[in-house]
Amino acid sequence: MAVIIEKNTKILIQGFTGKMGTFHAEEMIKYGSNVVGGVTPGKGGQKHLDRPVFNTVKDAVKHTGATASILFVPPAFAADSAMEAADAGIKTCVAIVDGIPSHDMIRIKRYMKRYSKNEKMTLVGPNCAGIISPGKSMLGIMPGHIYKEGRVGIISRSGTLGYEAAQQMKNLNIGISTSVGIGGDPINGSSFRDIIEKFETDNETDAILMIGEIGGPQEVAAGEFAKANMKKPVIGYIAGLTAPKGRVMGHAGAIVSAYGESAIEKVEILKECGVIISKNPSVMGDTVKSVLEKI
Amino acid sequence: MDIHEYQAKEILASFGVTIPRGGIVYSPETAENKAREIGGSKWVVKAQIHSGARGKAGGVVVCNSPLEVAQATDRLLGKKLVTNQTGPEGKIVNRIYIEEATDIEKELYLGLVFDRSSESIMVVASTEGGMSVEEIAKEKPESIIRSKIEVAVGIQSFQARELAFGLGIEPELIRRASETIIGCAKAFSELDATMVEVNPLVISKQKQILALDCKMSFDNNAMFRRDKVSELRDKTQEDEKEVYASDRGLNYVSLDGNIGNIINGAGLAMASMDMIKLAGGEPANFLDVGGGATPEKIVKAFRLITMDKKVKVILVNIFAGINRCDWVAEGIVQALEKIEIKVPLVIRLAGTNVEKGNKILQESKLNYIEANTLEDAANKAVAALK
Repeated sequence: MAVIIEKNTKILIQGFTGKMGTFHAEEMIKYGSNVVGGVTPGKGGQKHLDRPVFNTVKDAVKHTGATASILFVPPAFAADSAMEAADAGIKTCVAIVDGIPSHDMIRIKRYMKRYSKNEKMTLVGPNCAGIISPGKSMLGIMPGHIYKEGRVGIISRSGTLGYEAAQQMKNLNIGISTSVGIGGDPINGSSFRDIIEKFETDNETDAILMIGEIGGPQEVAAGEFAKANMKKPVIGYIAGLTAPKGRVMGHAGAIVSAYGESAIEKVEILKECGVIISKNPSVMGDTVKSVLEKI
Repeated sequence: MDIHEYQAKEILASFGVTIPRGGIVYSPETAENKAREIGGSKWVVKAQIHSGARGKAGGVVVCNSPLEVAQATDRLLGKKLVTNQTGPEGKIVNRIYIEEATDIEKELYLGLVFDRSSESIMVVASTEGGMSVEEIAKEKPESIIRSKIEVAVGIQSFQARELAFGLGIEPELIRRASETIIGCAKAFSELDATMVEVNPLVISKQKQILALDCKMSFDNNAMFRRDKVSELRDKTQEDEKEVYASDRGLNYVSLDGNIGNIINGAGLAMASMDMIKLAGGEPANFLDVGGGATPEKIVKAFRLITMDKKVKVILVNIFAGINRCDWVAEGIVQALEKIEIKVPLVIRLAGTNVEKGNKILQESKLNYIEANTLEDAANKAVAALK
């Protein structure tokens, strides 16, 4: 069993009949993901891509037994859709959408506190590439074929930098158990620490590559967690050595506003936590390789 | 998105925060009248630019007559003010705020921000107003008090009271102080702000609690539902190229180096800049054309980079996933039929159909340097400078 999603995980597409939803649903189906239907309010009862469309997530869950969903709804409605998924009993929800207001994100996180730990939905994203467990299932928008099946877990804020890592690893014949894009927003559903914890208990993962950025406390929190609780090696890279202080670098969350948030400071703290640092983004694959050789 | 001090003051006043009497002027002629209209015998003339530390840069002038107000306005208007936050090029002063002078008894600090650790809204206050919050944190960390706002119910009166008592405010002023804190918290929540800072928040000799200087920033992602706030944007305070970029859906930050970048994805863009630095070069910009790297975005990106006269080499680094390298390569070739590039161009493609993509570039008339890895691209870009 892979971490977060499995081969047969039943997936719903929220915003199914839109352009983005349609395109990526087709890609996911081609990859082999078990897409069982979708939700577009007002289009319930129709068929789309040979799969049923429902008006509400609750209806969709009732009729399909879906446990995962992926959001392709515009940013203004995304918070509502994520909460609808949580309320309908979805276990894993990936929010691809870029541009959700931060006030909406803290509202979602507050809303989720009504659920006990066991019944709480895992929200991944927003502004992310999603999740892939190569050879099993893809709940995301990544190019599936660059991910080779294997035993290294990847967690990345950035989509394309995560692809870069997967490609470098494939070129070195290193496979991936699961890759999770947690997204570039300041407040996100799952943190590095949340996912790293899942990888530690995953019997299909031997080592973890964590690709962070400037801004926020999450990379350091994950490093401290790893130091205190983890046996598996963690490899890290932090992008943004050249980023000026106080400027937003594309991702809304990529801004240095406090001590410990610059790339140099994060690297130093992670080193102290025992994280093996990839010294530049060109050698992420090589660094993983050298770590795997020592296991 | 940032706004001016006077705009932030008007917003906070509408949430029940008391501000000194004042008015905005755009010319020295109106400044003198405005001072008379405000009344009193002492005024402060404040240059409105999107930056703090204006006082040290000469942007805040205390005046003793309406004539002096007019003279100070005349000196400041149209001037570029350089503070420790604006960069060496400074920011242009197009608006002047004239305010009655306040007899200050005590200066406090009040700020609201998103706290990324607790994922909630945090109120931060200190008795050490007048200094920047970074300075306070460094020099008087024990003076800082915090209170976390529960977003489901908003700030509560007891929290505001606790903060006010924590600041050592005298009992008869606690109610006004609490109302001020609650007003700022409501403005933060109801307008999709990302930062509200009143520094200093003062207690005047007349026992008023006044917001003497204010700063507000807002979430760009929420401007679709904040028409009134988005109207406050002042593009003259932003870098010209950054305005051009943001109006065209590109993520761009102007930097000091001479290697221009066109990259898809924010993380990959930062990583490429890191590689340039490690190779001994300096990036001229951060530019993310979006994960998809559509031909339209690439054309816009080339137009933007060629506007920057500092750029001596252009590095294109695209990781094509679902969008495929051959399609991206065609986009680049088409873009460069429309735009003339006078500096060396290094192109690195990676991902799906990379061989096909490189073949399209090789067979085009394009004069460029091909690179394979991130490192190769950075090295070749730096080498092309010579």
